[in-house]
Amino acid sequence: MNRDDSLNTLRQLYRCMSRIRAFEDAAEIVSQGGVSAYSKTADGSAKVRGPLHLSTGQEAVPAGVCAHLKADDLLTSTHRGHGHTLAKGADLARMMGELYGKASGFNGGKGGSMHIADFSVGMLGANGVVAAGLPIAVGAAHAQKLQGKPAITVCFFGDGAINRGPFLESLNWARIHQLPVLFVCEDNRWSATTASRAMIAGEGASARSASLGIAASQVNGNEVWQVHALAGELIAQIRAGGGPRLLHAITYRLKGHVSVDPAAYRDPQEVLQAQQLDPLLKARAHYQQLGGLLADLQAIDDAAAAEVAQAMAAADAAPWPTAAAAYTDIQSSGDGQWF
Amino acid sequence: MVLSQPASYSGAAVRALELEMQADPRVVVLGEDVGRGGIFGQYKGLQQQFGAQRVIDTPISEAAIMGAGVGMALAGLRPVVEMRVVDFALCGMDEVINQAAKNRYMFGGQGRVPLVARMPNGIWDASAAQHSQSLEAWFAHMPGLVVVCPGSVQDNYSLLRAALQSGDPVVYMEHKTLWGLQGALDESVQVPLGQAACLRPGSNLTLVSWSRQLQVCASACEQLAAQGVEVELIDLRTIWPWDRETVLNSCARTGHLLVVHEAIQAAGFGAEIAATVAEELGIPVRRLGGPRIPVGYAPVLEAQARVSQEQVVAAALACLQGPRARTT
Repeated sequence: MNRDDSLNTLRQLYRCMSRIRAFEDAAEIVSQGGVSAYSKTADGSAKVRGPLHLSTGQEAVPAGVCAHLKADDLLTSTHRGHGHTLAKGADLARMMGELYGKASGFNGGKGGSMHIADFSVGMLGANGVVAAGLPIAVGAAHAQKLQGKPAITVCFFGDGAINRGPFLESLNWARIHQLPVLFVCEDNRWSATTASRAMIAGEGASARSASLGIAASQVNGNEVWQVHALAGELIAQIRAGGGPRLLHAITYRLKGHVSVDPAAYRDPQEVLQAQQLDPLLKARAHYQQLGGLLADLQAIDDAAAAEVAQAMAAADAAPWPTAAAAYTDIQSSGDGQWF
Repeated sequence: MVLSQPASYSGAAVRALELEMQADPRVVVLGEDVGRGGIFGQYKGLQQQFGAQRVIDTPISEAAIMGAGVGMALAGLRPVVEMRVVDFALCGMDEVINQAAKNRYMFGGQGRVPLVARMPNGIWDASAAQHSQSLEAWFAHMPGLVVVCPGSVQDNYSLLRAALQSGDPVVYMEHKTLWGLQGALDESVQVPLGQAACLRPGSNLTLVSWSRQLQVCASACEQLAAQGVEVELIDLRTIWPWDRETVLNSCARTGHLLVVHEAIQAAGFGAEIAATVAEELGIPVRRLGGPRIPVGYAPVLEAQARVSQEQVVAAALACLQGPRARTT
């Protein structure tokens, strides 16, 4: 890749990360007081209610991976899924509408942050249950294979998920059926409020994957250009019929488990160090090293901020779902029988 | 032309699947041992006919089987998910309850999960506590799910086809010990989900039941008839959505309701039906199910978990006598 191509690619990746960061930073602010947890009580004033799981600091992973995906590729996500959804191409304003619980949201207000989804771009949903996306991803990839489609499925999950049974069941399944699926472990080092390293026997996601015959590759998940390069290789192998691959991205969750969690259980030094490895800072430095001008990236940040501000204004102005909507989209057989 | 032919309960299901798979290439089967016909013969010959791509042998991974079924459905297939027995479906419960059942709703109708999960239900002779449960009420409690309990050869054909065509996630609960049941099968008969069947007309009492317990109830009806009590026996067939209209109409005529099921009585689905009828009609109602004990292995223990013909007769007579007198 020549220098201009590298800069172009990095700008695109940076734009993806910048939009995720702007979206989550804004949502974080308007979610304070939105849920009773961590010794705080919901006061009814928050625009974004309920648990809001931020992926701040992890943006390079979805940005680097999803840059290689096409419209008919599928994706499953986690409870920390804003980044995956934006990176797969979902409309930011409709996502914000969903976080606000408004009729304009992708789910018409039925899901909120934890169930953010845009099926029209192949984003099959965030999931409120750790590791629940893995079997769904495997099924989607199995369908793609049976249907003879050239498409693949990408399955994001966290380091906490590797201790749940569906992780083993799904990787085993993907391998025996040689399915076109990329497992992406976003290793942010925290399982809710517990340090994952104390909870994981052995060497973690990569080692477990390798033990099942699925080639695993580790990457610095805070360097978007590295994620992008490695994910590109793995996805090419999968598209060529090579079967499943696992990408183990080492990153760090800069915020608490949810937006109202101050994460006081962490060593401040650890957080301070991690903040210096922020993927957006790293991308800026790399861009400059390649000869790019910071002003290019500042313009991207400004545009993202403006887009988010507009999305919030639109979400604010959008109507709530009607009460009658509580009774739709449940099931066809027995529709109307609520009691 | 002979429309009706003899068939078995398992054979009827195989035929239903065969026809649906021929008609719709999106229908696939996945589960343990399905390639060899399934442990009850309920997939016999299907892998030979449709290949291992569509009749998919899986590892013993219930969570992945059910979850993959959800993923397949979202990606455009219509999977039949085999759980072997309902007791094992508990290993894939998150995938049924949190994923399959809620997907359509929580994503605002963006996706659908057309999936039939076969979970053979009920007491499996001498199989003890982990292979003998009747859990239809668990699933009936969950919005998003359809729950079907076929009790006859014809219904196991017609309802399986209806389940596959419904587009909903369906918990399809054949009975673990009805596979060899013989009966007439008419392949042209369609039975919609949510429609009960009147198996025997009667004027004194409405008896609602389903699945294998129908056989005990049918014998009880004979015994009661000999005593001059005419019982209307209704096979509910679909537990959710349940056929309120048929049950309420019958109860309005007979003035008495008894619901009998093999499942444990406490918090069983019979309580829901009895309460509904009592609220709507204010007539005497009773429900009868198993005691709240695990199913034991020894014959004498297992028998305690079953609802006997004598108990059904006694409950019917008690219902006709009105509410129990309270002794203080």
